[in-house]
Amino acid sequence: MNRQADDSNPVKHYLIQRLLFLLPTLLGALTLVFVLIHLIPGDPVEVMLGETATSADKQELRRNLGLDQPLLTQYRNFLTNLAAGDLGRSLYEQADVAEIIGARLPATLQLALCAMIAALAISFSLAILAAVNRGRWPDRGALLFSLFGLSLPNFWLGPLLMIAFSIQLGWTPVSGRGGISHLVLPALTLGLGMAAILTRILRASLLQVMTDDFVRTARAKGLPEKQVWLKHTLRNALMSVITIMSLQFGALLAGSLITETIFSWPGIGRLTVQAIQTRDYPLVQGCVLVIALSYILVNFLTDLLYKLVDPRVSYE
Amino acid sequence: MNNKLWLALGAGILLVLAVSALFAPLIAPHHPLRQSLSEDLIAYSADHPLGTDKLGRDILSRVLHGGRISLLVGVSTVTLSLAIGLIVGSMSGFFGGWIDQLLMRLVDILVAFPGILLAIAFTAVLGPGLDHVVIALCLIGWTSYARLVRGEILALREREFVQAARALGCRPKRIIWHHLLPNLLPPLLIQATFGLAAAIVAEGSLSFLGLGVEPPTPSWGSMLNDGRQFLLVAPHLTTYPGLAIMITVLALNLVGDALQERLTARNR
Repeated sequence: MNRQADDSNPVKHYLIQRLLFLLPTLLGALTLVFVLIHLIPGDPVEVMLGETATSADKQELRRNLGLDQPLLTQYRNFLTNLAAGDLGRSLYEQADVAEIIGARLPATLQLALCAMIAALAISFSLAILAAVNRGRWPDRGALLFSLFGLSLPNFWLGPLLMIAFSIQLGWTPVSGRGGISHLVLPALTLGLGMAAILTRILRASLLQVMTDDFVRTARAKGLPEKQVWLKHTLRNALMSVITIMSLQFGALLAGSLITETIFSWPGIGRLTVQAIQTRDYPLVQGCVLVIALSYILVNFLTDLLYKLVDPRVSYE
Repeated sequence: MNNKLWLALGAGILLVLAVSALFAPLIAPHHPLRQSLSEDLIAYSADHPLGTDKLGRDILSRVLHGGRISLLVGVSTVTLSLAIGLIVGSMSGFFGGWIDQLLMRLVDILVAFPGILLAIAFTAVLGPGLDHVVIALCLIGWTSYARLVRGEILALREREFVQAARALGCRPKRIIWHHLLPNLLPPLLIQATFGLAAAIVAEGSLSFLGLGVEPPTPSWGSMLNDGRQFLLVAPHLTTYPGLAIMITVLALNLVGDALQERLTARNR
């Protein structure tokens, strides 16, 4: 009876299937993060506090981190604390890791969102221009942009943009977080790689969809060109964009470590780098965990988004 | 420009880069670690065509030696990832069943983690060093090769020549090495080209964050990081290592794209 009910509701069935698949993935990611602190060569407490720390301090930290417990107990405690939202305490900031990350999260989300918007705006304009003018100079220009965009690492692009627009022209602030002018360069630095990949993929998709029968039919029955593009061509080319965006989201989050460091943007990326530099490992663990979980969550949501964009996608 | 020209251009650039990295000690005008504090932050001079850094070290010599590190890390990462991916993917695709399920779930779990983030986290706890960088980049690097090999083997194992080899009593190892592997080489070569570009950028990112090669050994990423604090007075410190990374990655992308197009045309 229940099986019949499940089968009659493929969306529910699919959701349960995806959620079940999410569990081992989540557990795998959590285990990797747990293992991190145990990979520190030698005594992790000595590495964190330095050789000059007193044995009482070391003992105290060992107890606080639970490193005096057997490994399995540590793992169980790690998962139990995590379920209660407890990511531990920072070694230097005298605050809960969850609190520190919570305070920095909005800045990273703002930057990632703006980078995505910049990437979408650039790639859609270039890909449409290229597809409409196939083989001519706008097409070649878009392909060249894509090739160079893919080859420019963000740890060089950031300083380049800074030299040109902040130092030479004085159009944007050099670093920090404030108004929209503060966002422009970091968002471009973070989003350019994604824009390059999206331009290439979207152009190829558009060229393919443009020759499909249903687009020819839409034109033949006299639909205005704007409608042919918006309702038929672009919508059908969107699937590949969603896939790439979801895959690139991880790169975007990881890229935020470098971009935020270059532009002194007060987000999780910069926090992670600072935590690495000060050897605040509980904070490093917390940051890595939050970034990885966001990535897993975005991939999960992307799977669900496919159906919205393309009703032909089967949940069976 | 047609496909052949792109391929020739990319391969030509790569050849020049590989030769200059290999013979850096002979070509470089100065020792990359030689300091001359009286000649610090020079933008250009006859003795230092690409200028000097804050310690008066010759940028050209450091860029040439930095190329050795980038290529060494890139090639080591790709070779190790390829070897692991080949073994895992072959076993998964050829034997199928629970072996396939187990290995592919492991791949799924690792792929669910942003690769560079895991590399950053591991080098952060293990400490900087070339070997740590290669291990960290291989942690997830092998998964793309494993998936590719598995997919190709799944398609190939139903082909007549593999079935004939089975019927003749060939052992799995022989079938994989003598019949499947030669057919896997073209797509693997393309994947390795893009993998090399990704590994070079990843090494640059790690070095930029101070997690790559240990100072004072020059690497393109660490040179960029060092130059960041002198953007206003000496932009040349970041320009040349950045250009070196961009040209290398560009050449690899050109070669990868051209090979990919050839393979697609051949399969059509």
